[in-house]
Amino acid sequence: MAADLHFEKPLTELRAKIEELRKFTEEKGIDFTDEIVKLEQKAIELEQSIYGELTPWNKVQIARHAERPTTLDYIRGIFTDFIELHGDRTFGDDPALVGGIAKLDGIPVTVVGHQKGRDTKENIFRRFGMPEPEGYRKALRLMKQAEKFGRPVICFIDTPGAYPGMAAEERGQSEAIARNLLEMAGLETPVICIVTGEGGSGGALALGVGDRIYMLEHAVYSVISPEGAAALLWKDAAQAQRAAETMKITAQDLYAFGIADGIVEEPMGGAHKDPTATVKRVQEQLVSAVRELLLQSTDELLESRYQKFKAIGRYQEVSNEPLKHNA
Amino acid sequence: MLKDLFHKKRKYATLTTQELAERRDNIPEGIMTKCKKCSELLISREIEKHLQTCPRCGYHFPMNAPERLASTLDEGNFTEYDQGLTSVDPLRFDGYPAKIEQVRTATGLMEAVVTGEGAIGGHPVVVGVMDSRFIMGSMGSVVGEKITRAIERAIERRYPVILFSASGGARMQEGVFSLMQMAKTSAALNRLSQAKLPYISVLTHPTTGGVSASFASLGDINIAEPGALIGFAGRRVIEQTIRQKLPDDFQTAEFLLKHGMIDLVVHRKEMKQTLSKVLDMHAGGVRHGSRSAL
Ligand SMILES: [Zn+2]
Repeated sequence: MAADLHFEKPLTELRAKIEELRKFTEEKGIDFTDEIVKLEQKAIELEQSIYGELTPWNKVQIARHAERPTTLDYIRGIFTDFIELHGDRTFGDDPALVGGIAKLDGIPVTVVGHQKGRDTKENIFRRFGMPEPEGYRKALRLMKQAEKFGRPVICFIDTPGAYPGMAAEERGQSEAIARNLLEMAGLETPVICIVTGEGGSGGALALGVGDRIYMLEHAVYSVISPEGAAALLWKDAAQAQRAAETMKITAQDLYAFGIADGIVEEPMGGAHKDPTATVKRVQEQLVSAVRELLLQSTDELLESRYQKFKAIGRYQEVSNEPLKHNA
Repeated sequence: MLKDLFHKKRKYATLTTQELAERRDNIPEGIMTKCKKCSELLISREIEKHLQTCPRCGYHFPMNAPERLASTLDEGNFTEYDQGLTSVDPLRFDGYPAKIEQVRTATGLMEAVVTGEGAIGGHPVVVGVMDSRFIMGSMGSVVGEKITRAIERAIERRYPVILFSASGGARMQEGVFSLMQMAKTSAALNRLSQAKLPYISVLTHPTTGGVSASFASLGDINIAEPGALIGFAGRRVIEQTIRQKLPDDFQTAEFLLKHGMIDLVVHRKEMKQTLSKVLDMHAGGVRHGSRSAL
């Protein structure tokens, strides 16, 4: 049973009441059918009003939900014959970022993704899905391998951000992220990215340069966490809710901005309410995207990938002419 | 020298407010300035003469974009790109347009980066110079687009690229648009690299966050100024995460040199000469199997 989120409380309470009346009907033989029907109707309405109008902050909470499917859940559910591959060949193996080879609908592919844990122990091992440079370098190694052997690359994005640690800085967290951005832009094989939960800043983007960027319905993607933004803006991390709204981080925002190419619908209340259904929808999206992209030549692929990112940005232009300042 | 700077700087002016702001900027706050490192009380003009470094201990004061261009490029040789590219407010972020307006007036700059082409030691080059006075030199849509276009022009003209970074990272006020500029500029550098054209990254104080984690770390040669703060995550965030005190030299240029992240640390007074040498080494492009090598 998934842990309830605060905004779901009225619904949970109503459901408990319905259950209680059912028990009464069964055990005491008193007929509450009419009441139950009424309350169930009310529950449906309540469900619509709660889940139909989720605020950005509600979405952040869903995106971070402990029981939300993780990258390995998607991998197990979507691909066949997955073989996990380890290590960056330089320093170590980062458990916060997993990857390997597998088949997607019969097509050999390379999969990489941030990996969060389910409980505290697992999360400490997985560093809450926050990679060190080795994670990004492992991902790059696997992606270059995919390029060499003509496999499409699938990237699952779900991280609060790159790990902020001393060792990570010493070993070049900046360089590792930057290198992935540069290399992914030129990877001569289709790259499909999907933000399944939290798309936290540069640490997320380091797996995010692809031909397609999809987002789950309640996933978020942002330049800074709502808590970080709140701390900077109002010197108060508790204002995260407000920051989540200001920063325009939802899948719907990114789709409207033309950054996300598509949104994968989640079950009512979020992916964790029905992981199997979620995994299936993601699978359908990935299969159709891979089949579509495999039709393109390398040149077409790289040119449209470049133009896709080139087109992101909002500005105005007074004049195109270079201004001469020569004396 | 200083007079040259004044003359040169006026050449960039296209806005009336800009000229006003520039003049105001060049009036020293006081005749004397205290060095932040050795605490020596210095004559401000002396610091300017030493390219905004302390003549006593070598401490590097921040250098703004016009000063940087003037001290790096050959005399009378700069064509600015995309000066008319300006920010909008894609998130309708509270106070952002006013903030832009305010820093424009205060700095005389249109945005946090100035791009264009010029020459260093006679070698043509495309340059981009960030200015940390402009919303901490943060990268939003305009900075990303200007840098990307500058790189694209370098590819067309077959010029090397030099980018001087000075930035707190991605610009929060433009949200995910800012984040995506990291990918955009890096993708442009991939094309530059494919074209086998050199890119020199000069990391100056400070180069952090999204700028550090994109174009600033991707130079064929990465050069840093002494003492510059360079890193991905903020010191305080790291201290809170790992619950231990960080060494004093953490994330300095020297720290990065020690850990293999940059090629060299160069004093500002030797920067132009170093860049000129590097450019000279890349000019001509002798390839094996060609008789021109002899
Ligand atoms: Zn000093």
